[in-house]
Formats: sequence, C-alpha cells, structure tokens
Amino acid sequence: MTVPVRQFDAVIVGAGGAGMRAAIELAEAGLSVAVLSKVFPTRSHTVAAQGGIGASLGNMSDDNWLWHMYDTIKGSDWLGDQDAIEYMCRMAPQVVYELEHFGMPFDRNADGTIYQRPFGGHSANFGERPVQRACAAADRTGHALLHTLYQRNVRERTQFFVEWMALDLVRDAEGAVLGVVAMEMETGDVYVLQAKATIFATGGAGRIFAASTNAFINTGDGLGMTARAGLPLEDMEFWQFHPTGVAGAGVLITEGVRGEGGILLNCNGERFMERYAPNLKDLASRDIVSRSMDQEIKEGRGCGPHKDYVLLKLDHLGPDVIMKRLPSIREIAIKFANADPIKEPIPVVPTIHYMMGGIPTNIHGQVVAPRHGDPGVVVEGLYAVGECACVSVHGANRLGTNSLLDLLVFGRAAGDFIVSRNLAALAHKALPPDAGDASLARLARLDAATSGERVADVGNELRRTMQSHCGVFRNEALLAEGVAKVMELEDRVARSAIDDKSRTFNTARVEALELDNLIEVAKATIVSALARHESRGAQARSDYPNRDDVHWLKHTLWYREGNRLDYKPVHLTPLSVESFPPKARTY
Amino acid sequence: MVIDNARLRRIRWRCRRGMLENDLMLSRFLDRCADTLTEDDIANLDALLHMSDNALWDLLSGRAEADDPRLASFAARLAQG
Repeated sequence: MTVPVRQFDAVIVGAGGAGMRAAIELAEAGLSVAVLSKVFPTRSHTVAAQGGIGASLGNMSDDNWLWHMYDTIKGSDWLGDQDAIEYMCRMAPQVVYELEHFGMPFDRNADGTIYQRPFGGHSANFGERPVQRACAAADRTGHALLHTLYQRNVRERTQFFVEWMALDLVRDAEGAVLGVVAMEMETGDVYVLQAKATIFATGGAGRIFAASTNAFINTGDGLGMTARAGLPLEDMEFWQFHPTGVAGAGVLITEGVRGEGGILLNCNGERFMERYAPNLKDLASRDIVSRSMDQEIKEGRGCGPHKDYVLLKLDHLGPDVIMKRLPSIREIAIKFANADPIKEPIPVVPTIHYMMGGIPTNIHGQVVAPRHGDPGVVVEGLYAVGECACVSVHGANRLGTNSLLDLLVFGRAAGDFIVSRNLAALAHKALPPDAGDASLARLARLDAATSGERVADVGNELRRTMQSHCGVFRNEALLAEGVAKVMELEDRVARSAIDDKSRTFNTARVEALELDNLIEVAKATIVSALARHESRGAQARSDYPNRDDVHWLKHTLWYREGNRLDYKPVHLTPLSVESFPPKARTY
Repeated sequence: MVIDNARLRRIRWRCRRGMLENDLMLSRFLDRCADTLTEDDIANLDALLHMSDNALWDLLSGRAEADDPRLASFAARLAQG
C-alpha cells in the first residue's frame, strides 16, 4: 500500500447541517473527529434553506408530535417508514431547543418564545386545520443554522479538513467500513483516513438534472462512493420538483410570488392553472403545479423559441407591490432571466429541488443492506445522515421544513449512537492491503488519458438526458430510452479526459471525480423510475397514473452491479403508537 | 499582469459556493474575465469569497453595498451579469 494513513475515532464526510450536528455529539464526548468538506463548512448547501424547521412546540396554537407525524406520513404518500417518522417528530422539539441553547437566533414572539410560521402541508388534528409549526430565522434559517453549528464545533475542537474530497470507502474482507480514501485539493495528495466510524453527510445530488436549484457542489459524492462499494441506494426515483425555477438557470422563485398574485401563462397567454386546479389555481401544491406546467410544455403550449418554458407574470401587481414585497425576486429575474418583472414575465420551468432517496439507514444512522433475507442488516462502521441518507422519513415526497429537521434529528442520533459504542476503547481494525488502490487507479487514468471527451461535455449531456427522460412526467418508452442513453453515457464517463494535469486546486480533476458519482446517481434514479409502475408522491407516471399499494407499497433498492433492483417492505408499524394505514392523499 | 495559474485555480475552486445564485454569478464572471484579472482584482475577489453566501449575494444583487469603496466597485463589476 502506497497511501499514507491518518487515524481518527470518527471521520465525517460533509460539513453541512447533518455532518456538523453529528460532529458536535462526537467531539463533546472527547472522540477524535475529522470532518472533511469540499468547501468551507459555512458554504455548504444547507445555507440555501429558507423556510424553517418543523417542530410541534405549540407556541402559536395547540400542537402535537402525533399530528406532525400524520402530516409527514401523508406527505410521504405512505412510503415513509413510520418508526423513523415517529422518532423524528417526537425528537423535533428537543433538537430545536438544543439549537436555541447553542445560540441559534430564532425569530421570537412578544413573550420570548420561538415564533412559528405557517407552512404548506402542516395541520392540527390530522388535517383538520393549518397549524404554525416552522421555526425560522427570517428567510435565512439555513445560514443561521450552519453558523450556529460551526461555532459550536469550533468550541468543541472538531478538526475540519477544508477543501478535501473523499474518493472511496475502505472496506475489509468482512465488509466492515474502515474509513475513506480522500484527496487534499491544495496539494493533490491522497490519504487513507482510517476511522472506527465513518459518517456520510454529503447532501443531495441535484446536479444530475439540467434544471436544478442545487449548488454546483451537490454531486452525490456519498452516494457514488456507496454504490461503488457494492451497497444499495434506496428510493432513488423520488425527486421533488419546485415549480418555479428560472428557465436555464435553476434559481428558485419562491412560492410567495404566487401568494402575492403572480400567475402562470402558456404561449397563448392562457392562465392554464384554472383548468388543472379550478379552486386553488396557481396556489395548488408543488407537485400539481409542476405537472400542469410540464403538460403544457409537452403539449406544445410552452413559450420561447423552443417552447420549453412557461411564464410567471407579475406586472399586473404594479411596480409598488413588486418593489416593496418582492424586491429580491425582481433582482433574481433581472440577473438570471434578463427580465424585469415590472415590465415582462419571468420564464420558469419545474426544477429539481430535493432528493428523497439515498443511502439506506436505520434510525441510528447506521447504513443497512439486505443479507440472507433480512433487509436491515447493519454495514459495520458506516453511517449516513441528512439528504444523502434514506431513513426513510420523506418517503415519496418531502413535507416542507422536514429537511432541516431530518438533518438535525438524525445527525444527532448517529452521533449519540456512535458515542454509546465507546469507540475510544476499541482498536483500529487492520486495513486491507489494497486500501486506496481503486481511487489511485481512477486518478492514474485521469492523469494518463491524453485524449477523450471533455468532462464538462459528458456531464452536460448527462444532465440534459436526465431532464428529458426522467423529468416531471414519466412513461415506459421515455424512461427505457433514457436508461439506454444513460448506460451509453456511463461508457463515455469512463473514457472522458482532462487537459489540466496539475495537482494544486485542479478543479477539472475534481469535476471528473464528481462525474463518477453523478453517473451512479443518475443510473440509480432512472432505472428505479422505469421499474416502478405506479404514480406516488414525486414519481408521476402518465402510463400508471394511480398509486398501487397492492404491488408498490415497498422501497426500491438499486445496486450498481448489473443495475440490479431489489425491494424491501415499508415499516408501517411506528415505535409506540397505532399505525396510520394508507389512504388517498388529498388536500 | 498575468496571474500565476495556481492562484487562479485556487480562486476558481473557491467560487464553488453554498448557493446556486453565487455559483452562477461567479462562474459567469470567471468565464468572462479570468484571463484579464489583475493582482488587485484577485485581492478583491479573495475578500468577497471570504464573505458568507448570503452577504455575498446581498452585494451581488444590490441589496447591500460594501463599506470599502474598492470592494463595492469590484462587486458591481462582478454583478454585471
């Protein structure tokens, strides 16, 4: 073995909300913790979260974790695991109060309690009436959260490895995970970071789609490493779309714009949402508006030279309302759509926002994979938390404010569980002699390749393919053609090349390594979507328009080897309360 | 003045941010101007990249202005789209 080794009790890959929440538990317990991040921790994508953290504090009116649990299960279209959802909703007030004690600057009520804002899909008494459950820090909750967690980690002396990229997992012959192979970007040097516990907190992978609200760093690195290690990815067909991303850029136009009176138009100037949702019209739920927009575009009523977007019209609100209530939206439209909404409409398309699937885990954050008929066998030494994990609390569709809650609850849970294992008393296992070889081979190929397609070109083709073949509305023919194209792209990824062979901050090399991860996520997504013959939550099949609980109330597991699929049951039994049996999801 | 490649490569990586808005603004700027950046430009860009994503986006979107006039003028140039 030629790779230098550094040893820690725990290595965490990713320094967003989930990774930093887990790190606090470990560092407070006195364990040696290394947190790797491609970017400075407070520049992780958690920073982009605006809405809030769902928790039944009951500060505005009566609330109850059981009602939150029901809303989450219903939001998930009954694909969420009810034990994990109970755990998350019961823990929610506690993690919010802990955060408050860490110094999180929550918005306040006059009496000093945490103010809670309304958010779609949250209700009191099992859907009876809306409830205010979202704890927020203005429209910058993610920013405040990241800074709070970072400061706490600095206090606890967590070691951050900033501008490091993890490349592959290290597993021994028994399948136990012993750490990661990682590259320091400043030098290009490769190390094995050996650990008794390895936690993936690498976030989402929205960059597999052309239209995505995700930052460039969201390349599914943890998912790629997991797939290459022979472990499955769960429910990858489920991706949440936001209806109004700026066409060609992806930048989000908040729902508040339609709340203020903005309307969607097709190329005939028709307010088409009146046809699809006569009551709520442009204020219908995210999935309904996204599907309606997609249908307008597919049926030839899109706008622009390629008829590939619809228009969000605001000018009828008048300059005063736009300048006063929507100033940041006007800036976004001018900067990214070259359109001033005071005078002209904004071109928008349904845009990928959040990945519900991920690395399968239990409620302790332990990664699980089927063995000998048991779907829940723990992969020793490996944990996953946050958007990269599938625990599964979001099922087929995530409820707003549950993403920040998920990363806090399960980041904390994984940290707690690892502390309970008394790692300091355990010896490191012996590394396999070939640890690091696979990663070095990938790097050597990139260094040696003198010709080949440009990484950026192959990546763009992958994103376009996923957008056209695995978008809002899906059907058998479109998906099957997409699978064939993605498999061709996999060969092209393996033959891609970079011109810049330098070692220091070689962004081209990092992007090539990221493409190795994106292709795994894309395959998992489109192969899983093709196989699921039903519509549930975010998966909308025009050829199978209904939910089919008889055949499809089950989780998908995709394996890289042979593109194989397997399935496992949904946990319909909560930890301590009665099950919520599936019923129609109507709002 | 030609900036050495290693510094530019580091800057290019640090333009990867937590918010897509900043990713897009910074990558457009680099595509347009990377070949003509001066030492002063690099220093100004470095200072902006040390800001939090929200503070940076406030500058680039015109919601706030930097106290340092040189930085404010550089941010305005960066924000030209």
